[in-house]
Amino acid sequence: MTKTVRALMGACAIGAFSTAAFAETTITVATVNNGDMIRMQGLMDDFNTKNPDIKVEWVTLEENTLRQKVTTDIATKGGQFDVLTIGTYEVPIWGKQGWLVSLNDLPASYDVDDLLPAIRGGLTVDGELYASPFYGESSMVMYRKDLMEKAGLTMPDAPTWDDIKAAAAAMTDKAGEIYGICLRGKAGWGENMAFLTAMSNSYGAKWFDMDWKPQFDSEAWKATLTDYLDLMNNYGPPGASNNGFNENLALFQTGKCGMWIDATVAASFVTGKDSTVADKVGFALAPDKGLGKRGNWLWAWSLGIPAGSQKVDAAKKFVEWATSKEYLALVASKEGWANVPPGTRASLYANPEYQKVPFAKMTLDSINSADPQHPTVDPVPYVGVQFVAIPEFQGIGTAVGQQFSAALAGTTSLEDALKNAQDLTTREMTKAGYIK
Amino acid sequence: MARAVSTRRKAIVTVIAWGIGLAIFFPILWTILTSFKTEADAIASPPKFLFFDWTFENYVTVQERSDYFRHFWNSVVMSVGSTVLALIIAIPAAWSMAFIPGRWTKDVLMWMLSTKMMPAVGVLVPMYLMFRDLGLLDTVSGLVIILTLINLPIVVWMLYTYFKEIPGEILEAARMDGANLRSEIIYVLTPMAVPGIASTMLLNIILAWNEAFWTLNLTAAKAAPLTAFIASYSSPEGLFYAKLSAASTMAIAPILIMGWFSQKQLVRGLTFGAVK
Amino acid sequence: MATQASRAAARLMISPAVVLLLLWMIVPLGMTIYFSFLRYNLLMPGTEAFAGFDNYKYFLTDPAFFTSIKNTLVLVLGVLIITVGGGIALALLLDQPLWGQGIVRVLVIAPFFVMPTVSALVWKNMFFNPVNGLFAYAAKAVGLQPFDFLSQAPMFSIIIIVAWQWLPFATLILLTAMQSLDSEQLEAAEMDGASWGNRFIYIMVPHLTRAVTVVILIQTIFLLSTFAEILVTTNGGPGTATTNLTYLVYMQSLLQFDVGGGSAGGIIAVILANIVAIFLMRMIGKNLET
Repeated sequence: MTKTVRALMGACAIGAFSTAAFAETTITVATVNNGDMIRMQGLMDDFNTKNPDIKVEWVTLEENTLRQKVTTDIATKGGQFDVLTIGTYEVPIWGKQGWLVSLNDLPASYDVDDLLPAIRGGLTVDGELYASPFYGESSMVMYRKDLMEKAGLTMPDAPTWDDIKAAAAAMTDKAGEIYGICLRGKAGWGENMAFLTAMSNSYGAKWFDMDWKPQFDSEAWKATLTDYLDLMNNYGPPGASNNGFNENLALFQTGKCGMWIDATVAASFVTGKDSTVADKVGFALAPDKGLGKRGNWLWAWSLGIPAGSQKVDAAKKFVEWATSKEYLALVASKEGWANVPPGTRASLYANPEYQKVPFAKMTLDSINSADPQHPTVDPVPYVGVQFVAIPEFQGIGTAVGQQFSAALAGTTSLEDALKNAQDLTTREMTKAGYIK
Repeated sequence: MARAVSTRRKAIVTVIAWGIGLAIFFPILWTILTSFKTEADAIASPPKFLFFDWTFENYVTVQERSDYFRHFWNSVVMSVGSTVLALIIAIPAAWSMAFIPGRWTKDVLMWMLSTKMMPAVGVLVPMYLMFRDLGLLDTVSGLVIILTLINLPIVVWMLYTYFKEIPGEILEAARMDGANLRSEIIYVLTPMAVPGIASTMLLNIILAWNEAFWTLNLTAAKAAPLTAFIASYSSPEGLFYAKLSAASTMAIAPILIMGWFSQKQLVRGLTFGAVK
Repeated sequence: MATQASRAAARLMISPAVVLLLLWMIVPLGMTIYFSFLRYNLLMPGTEAFAGFDNYKYFLTDPAFFTSIKNTLVLVLGVLIITVGGGIALALLLDQPLWGQGIVRVLVIAPFFVMPTVSALVWKNMFFNPVNGLFAYAAKAVGLQPFDFLSQAPMFSIIIIVAWQWLPFATLILLTAMQSLDSEQLEAAEMDGASWGNRFIYIMVPHLTRAVTVVILIQTIFLLSTFAEILVTTNGGPGTATTNLTYLVYMQSLLQFDVGGGSAGGIIAVILANIVAIFLMRMIGKNLET
């Protein structure tokens, strides 16, 4: 009833003033609770001034909850959201299903050619851009310059895994609660498996061979996991099997880690105001093993519009605003260049102001060195650096992640973890019909 | 009746009971205290108990991020609404089971309870599809319906056990006086049943308030209650103990206060016929 | 005492509740049974096909299936033992005269009001965390290595969290039962020279049986579907150490979006829960007869 009344009043208003300014459109934006997204919610005044007829409702959720809700909604065409925050894993799969609205018709001011090619490529299916990147990331080594100096070592710009091990050993001081290296251990395809899959690429390991046969029984995976466990057991913090991105960030910010290999976006947090070690952090490319691939990933949180949305036009306006060059300038003017969402636009890295940011170059180099089409040493049938862009991967990746997390916790042996991973992946792939 | 107790024994019991009580309450107390700290103080080593710079900064930050009062209001409407609806359906059912028991009464009661054992995660997709078709996604009315259904068995059972304690003779007497069914319920039973209904209501409000699966999965922005509010804090960036504590305190405070104020009432009815 | 008319009235009054619950049971259950025979993945629309018993086969042969049943039972039993044991002890204690009984009761009852998500978050981050948690400080303060609860003793940690939430409930019901105990009977026994142990076993325990049964029944219903605490703290791991049946179904249906497999799992969980329910009803039937 109130709806009817409101509609009537709206109609009257339009009739009386013959303008649509009073017909307010409300769009619902589902987003992840990371720092950049939360910062955007504080900058909405700018959007509201430019678009007084669009009201934005936020649904901010933790990453896994967000993914589960958003996927359920889009797959059942529930229509609860008008703008979705999704990653490079979802975009190609959903785009192929026709679940997303193409963004090829964004106005020229959006300047689609300014997007970094690696990032843009991951969000494009058959020539259609299905999501607009809000920030892009790769992974890199963040280390404590003061601790390296104390240990008498220097970190090369492009270290090998042996360099990392030596540095971790030299920096570890368990009595002083300083752990040489912090890595992800929490089970999840987007948590420990993101790191481990990227790491395994540099060891020449792969998820599947060209016949979609799982490869956890290979020597390369064994070497990857052996070195990972060795690093973490000897030089890692206690409780590492429950540490994801956020837990490690807290550890690094409080000065408990010598090194941390993780997302490039973390750079602005470890050098930011909450960090106790802000002025002591150095950056290096993710390590390699001399096989031609580095252990870094490629990811972008992007904004997409579900095909079922009733408010595509308003949603497009929002997406355009949130991922525009002007938005980057807006953040810079309010919070400084270091806090600008990184990794999406070439123009940002060409900006002399931004080049002064200590981690700018390393972030760009890391992003450019990742290749989702050819993630590892050998050819593989799948796309994606730290994931395999098939719908089954979330479940399989998380189940394998649990096995490796158990190996880190010490409740499963390395051999058993690999064997279980091989078995369960084979099982799921058979069930899904990849293996005949 | 009163047992003579030495002061000394009473003192010992007091000390032990207070010790245990404080230990059980400590996690909540610690959360409340932490919510007034800065992020640095929140993880200070050694931990700071009372002597830190008290700040409201975390509450301001949390409120800026998400509109607390809207979530709060949704929580209130959905828990009170579902409770009232459940009571309206359950009171007649429990009444008839208690006073006019049939051969199948016990079985019906047990069957009702067994519907609570259905794992919600297994039926989310069917329910989501149904809610979509009925236009109930992200509406408070949708939440009221689902919460009514999942808590109805407990409500029926609590009322049943409570009604059973009302002596049948009173009804007989009323009937002798020529009271019909309606006046029997209105004038005789209702006054006696009010305490039981009140405590059932309180318990059900608590259960509804804390339900975290359906309320999170069937809402987006408009109908999101406090369970969704807290879900955005389950792992924010970096140092977040103080902000997490502030959000937690905001989420539990209303129901905690309500519970404390009404605890006598709650305890009195919260026996499920356990006390004869 | 009941007349024909009042029986009809009774049926009329009970019917809304029964009909609603029947619908609530049958509609989702029917849909779930239907989906459980389909090959149906949300992420791959248009590929739905009849799958026979494949989904059941895959769920039952899941390596985590038996672990998850074991974990479910360990979790339910562990929490029941702690809450019933602790509840009886607390009820005995709070039944004694003491100063500030009202306040102590307020303190003890408080965890019951805390939402599961909040309590899991608070315990995980502020207590169990091996670097910044309070338990780690306590261990370091006395010169011990901090114990990593969630990876070294994951099930134990979850039992602690859940038991903390349910202890107040058990305590309240048992305390109320205790207070209804005829104190004259106890005094008479004391006069006759019965020791405290004997009074406890022969007078208090029988009196409390009914209350304990109720605590077990209600808690089991809620504990079988424990979910939020696991999701927030361990994600079912490490490995499958804390994956209970509910969590396994969750992994199938909302992580893999395999609606068919998840539905089959849901049906299996319903069957198992009903076995437990029948078992419980037998027990209750014995103890709740009036």
